Order: sequence, then structure tokens, then C-alpha cells
Amino acid sequence: MRIELEKRAKPSMLLSILSPFLALGLTVIAGGIMFALLGKSPGMALYSFFVEPLLDVWSLHEIAIKATPLILIGAGLTVCYRSNNWNIGAEGQFIAGAIAGAIVPVLFHDWHSPLVLPLMLVFGMIGGALYAAIPAFLKAHMNTNEILTSLMLVYIAQLFLDWLVRGPWRSPDAYNFPVTRDFMPEAVLPEILASGRTNLGFVFALVAAAGLWFMMRYTLKGFEISVLGQSERAGRFAGFSSRRMIWFSMLVSGGLAGLAGVSEVSGVINKLQPIISPGYGFTAIIVAFLGRLNPLGVIAAGLVLALTYVGGEAVQLTLNISDKITRVFQGLLLFFVLSCDTLIQYRIRLVFSRIGRSSEGGAL
Amino acid sequence: MKKLIFALATSAAVLGFTAATSAQDKTKVCFIYVGPKTDGGYSEAHDHGRQALEKALGDKVETAYLENVPEGPDAERAVERMARSGCALVFTTSFGFMDATIKVAQKFPDVKFEHATGFKSSENVGTYNARFYEGRYIQGVIAAKTSKAGVAGYIASFPIPEVVMGINAFMLGAQSVNPDFKVKIVWANTWADPGKEADAAKALADQGVDILTQHTDSTAPMQVAAERGIKAFGQASDMIAAGPQTQLTSIVDTWGNYYIKRTEAVIDGTWKSEQIWDGLKDGILEMAPYTNMPDDAKALAEETEAKIRSGELHPFTGPVKKQDGSDWLADGEVSDDGTLLGMNFYVAGIDDKLPD
Repeated sequence: MRIELEKRAKPSMLLSILSPFLALGLTVIAGGIMFALLGKSPGMALYSFFVEPLLDVWSLHEIAIKATPLILIGAGLTVCYRSNNWNIGAEGQFIAGAIAGAIVPVLFHDWHSPLVLPLMLVFGMIGGALYAAIPAFLKAHMNTNEILTSLMLVYIAQLFLDWLVRGPWRSPDAYNFPVTRDFMPEAVLPEILASGRTNLGFVFALVAAAGLWFMMRYTLKGFEISVLGQSERAGRFAGFSSRRMIWFSMLVSGGLAGLAGVSEVSGVINKLQPIISPGYGFTAIIVAFLGRLNPLGVIAAGLVLALTYVGGEAVQLTLNISDKITRVFQGLLLFFVLSCDTLIQYRIRLVFSRIGRSSEGGAL
Repeated sequence: MKKLIFALATSAAVLGFTAATSAQDKTKVCFIYVGPKTDGGYSEAHDHGRQALEKALGDKVETAYLENVPEGPDAERAVERMARSGCALVFTTSFGFMDATIKVAQKFPDVKFEHATGFKSSENVGTYNARFYEGRYIQGVIAAKTSKAGVAGYIASFPIPEVVMGINAFMLGAQSVNPDFKVKIVWANTWADPGKEADAAKALADQGVDILTQHTDSTAPMQVAAERGIKAFGQASDMIAAGPQTQLTSIVDTWGNYYIKRTEAVIDGTWKSEQIWDGLKDGILEMAPYTNMPDDAKALAEETEAKIRSGELHPFTGPVKKQDGSDWLADGEVSDDGTLLGMNFYVAGIDDKLPD
């Protein structure tokens, strides 16, 4: 007996709109049972997870801050994944962008000019894009597998950053601890509202996602992306070059990951240190798929994922539970979202195939 | 919709109210850990401290913690959440939380903060650390006294002052017994990674060392030492279970005494921001029982520990030369704390180059 997923002829329109809410409902039920089994009040837990973070102004800001890199990277990745280019190395491009952007405040820390910040942002984007250009070049011209090369480059970026902050870029007044100088005020992304610490990066994220959505939906380039992604051969007949598309998608996603990196170190951390990302580049892959590879969906998905992080901390603190439980809960949420989406598109079929079995027997 | 908002608002008000009343009866003390609280090493030692605090002060305190908080952009939010949730005293237990602690403390002048192992402080941010080098000096003494090869292996984590200071203290302790004692150092570039630590331990054992010491957190080196039939020192907690025939002693972090002392100060209203660097005599660290060594080595270790406790012996006392041969401490001169806290050089006799 085998289990097969079979594409439904007509997926229900209503259900696919309701899917995220259905998933949320299932998560709430399953999560409630889990908290009850642990002897914690399910109501209290779910309240701190989903509601409490939305009531305080400060935690709304925190959600926006947490979502910023996820949306920026995730939106860029939709271009890649739609066009069938599997950039797994956004984490590395994030770090490369952060390093490139930090060149200005670290090496020219006495230069106080309004040009500092724009330069940093441009450097950050170029840094991320150049770093993504490596797997792009290798795939376009050497036919290597970009999943492997882009992933491997993540570790190189992490170690390079580690070397920089322990070696040449180490701050002279931090007692040999591995950090760079604090950025000068001109190199810090300004906060956009007086009520909290959300910075300009969040605006970049919204603009980038909206821009990509417009491009995918209304421009020839967007059409090219989806044609080449669905069928390279059909794309060739239409005169689209898949090689050019590799370059385009990798550079766009790398540039946005780089912008996310420089925004994070400029707006949130204010310096470089050995660890600047808790895995944003990888989480953004989930965000891209959670947003159904639609840049506007990515905004929503990024915000929801950020909410689960911020809410997860709230639950830990109010109920004194381990962070493992909150991770399990996040996992539940993703599991239900993805399985609801899948089961609306596909149906499960049990296959009892005689022929399959006898041929297996013959092979033995 | 209106009803829903009303329901949410009232439940929020009720919750807010209960939180406020419980905060009045009890002093809420909060902890932020960089790793899981069951890591078997650094964060677990801090969590034992938290439990000791709960046990000692009972109804007077309430504790809360956040574990696995990465030392990056998330730290500031975690610290701020603690400050907002009614914590009167917040311990941020890892170096990388330093700037986040300082930033949040500015916004919450009524909350007290204590940051472990850092060097920035303010009105309401104090720092605390343990003089682990005292334990490492004792380990050096034991190593030189018991080693037949005259060489010890040292698994180091990162070349930050704390670790360099530990290596130097170990060497000075060893030289006090055997001036020609040698130390082989491997930089594992991790705080806790059993695989890498075990590789480092094997590499050192292959090079002929017969004693291992580690400034990383897992028990892997102890296990390798047990397999190879050589001796080893534990780290952060008593690792005797991993090497019943192997462990000579271990530096055990006992933060509990310190946490109790500082929480009482907050309750009494006598807390003020200080830069505290406690040692063996204050009970912030302890030596695990001296085992698997000859009686004379044990006696010498106990004598050294007693001298350090009484203040008769400071591990960093001259004459000491730097590795490059230049003078550091004159005869009888004791190093000041500032030099130790920023230590970026080896003492004479160490055959290794500091990575940079």
C-alpha cells in the first residue's frame, strides 16, 4: 500500500481563502491540548502568545523590528523560487551585506556626514548582490547546483565575519572582546515613530515587497519569471533566457538580503559582532513559502512569524515554561498552515497496487 | 466586534491587575540565559543559582527566566520584556547581552540590572564575575605535580581576555611547581560543541599530553581522557560522573550565593551599582573534591586553595615576564584587575601564538 497526493481538479476557492484561518484554529486547539497536558492554563498561554503582544505599543514595535529582515529577505526569495532558482544562502548574503555596509562606519568612523547612511545602504545591497553573484555565476556558466553552493557560502560568510571582528576590525576600546566600534550616530537608521524603536528598515521592507509584487503582477519581467519557473523550454520559445534569469533573480534576492543585513546592524545592533542573525536567512525561506511565494503574502507571513517569536517569549515568561515548548508551538502552526494549503490543492489517495507489488517481488 | 474588544480589554485589565498585586508581595528576580538551561555547563550553572535563590528566600521572591536568547538583535527585546513584566532585578548572564542591558536600563531607571562578565555599567547596571583564574591556578599546580610527561593539553574556546587570563593562571600555577612545565593549546572556537571538543582532546592526547584541561563546556574532553587513560579537569560543574577515574578536580560555578546576596540587597533597599569580581573566598566558585591524585598532590592543592582563600596568595604575583621576554610584574608586585580584565598577552613559557 502506498499513500499518494493527487492534485484536485478544482480546489475550492473558498477553502483556499479560509485556509490560514483554519490552520490557526487547528493550532489553537492542538496547542491548547498541549498546554493543558503540561498543566498550564491553555487560555492564559494562548492569550500571551497571540493577544498580549498585540496590545502593547512596544511589542508591536518589536514585531515590526523582528519582521523587517524576514520580509526583506523573504520578498527577494519569492523572485528566486518562482523562477526555479533555489537560493538557500540568503543568510550568507545578509552577512555579506552587513559587512559591506559596515565598511563606512568602521573604517571611517570620524566621518560625520549625512552621506554616511545612504552609502552604507548602497554598499549593503551591493555586498549582498555580489555574494549572491558567486552561486549565480557558478550556476549560469558552470552548471553547478545553486542549493549547495549558496548554502556553503553561508558558512564562509559567518567565519569571515567572525575573523573580521576578532581581528582587523576589533574595537580598540572593548577590552579585546570581539566587537567593532559602535557606529557613529550618522550611521544609525533613524526610528520612524516616537512611540518605539521601529526603524526605517521596516519601511524598506514594505516598499520592497510592494515593488516586487507590482513587478511580478504587472510587468513583462514578472511574466518572464513565472514562465521560466514553470517551464524553461516554454520560456526559451518565448525568447526568454534562463541564464539571464539566474543572474536577475539571484542578484535581486542577494541585494535585498544585503539590505536586510545592513539595516539590522545599522538600526538594531549598531555595530558588528560575531553573531548578527539568529538565522533570519533560513527563517525567511519559511516566510517565503508561508506567504505562498507572493511578495504581499510575505509581508503577512513575516509579521505572523515575528508574532510567534515575540509571543513565544511572553509565554515563557508568564507561565515559566521552557523555550522548547514555544518552538513546538511554532512548529505546530507551520505544520497546520502548510498541511491545510496542501490538502486544499491535493487529496490523499491510498494506492493498493498489485502490479507495483509483484514487480517489487520480481526485483527481489 | 465591539463585544470582542470589550472582552479582550477586560481580560487584559484582570491580567494586568493580578500581575501588579503579585509583584507587590514578592520581589521578582529575572534571568536571561544564552543557552538552554539544561546545557550541562554555563547556563545550567546559572539556573542552579536561580533555584538556590528560590530555595533560600522562599516566599519573598519570585523568579522567571528566558533561555536560549541569542546574543544578537533579540537580546534587547528579551531584556526589555523582563523590565516590563515587573522584574525588580534582572541578571543578564552572558557577555553578549551587555549593550542591550545598558540600553534597556536607561529606559527603566527603577529596575536594577546585573550583567555577568561585561565591562560597561551605569546607575542601575552593575556587573559581576567570578575570579575563575584562582581555580585555574590550583589546576596548574595539580597538573605540574601529577603529570609524568610534563605537558598538559588546554582546550580553549575564544581568545578573549577571560580565556587568556585562565591560560596564564594555569601556567603560573604549574611553573610554581615545575618551572619547565609545558602547555599545548588548541583553540576549539566554540563554547560548547562536544564533537569539536572531543577532536581537540584526541589531538592533544595524540601529542603525548597526560593531563587535559578545558575552557569549553561539554563533558566530551573528560570522556576522551577517560578512554585514553589520562587525567582531566572539569569545567563549570562537577563532571565526576563523566570520568570517575579521570577527573582531578573541577571549577564549579556556584552563582547561587551571589544571587541570594544581591536579591537581599534589593529587598533591603541597599542595592547599588557595583563592579563585583568575587573569588573563592566569597563562594562564587568552588573546587570539586580533589580525586584521582597522590596524597602529596592533594595536600598541595588544598594548601594552595587555602592560601588563595585567605588572600595570602594572589595567582598573578611577580616576578612574571611576558611571553616576549619583557617584564610584566616586578618581584612581589600583584597585577591590577584592569590588566587582567583586558588581558591580551601570554606569560613567559607558553609556546603558542595568540590568534588574532
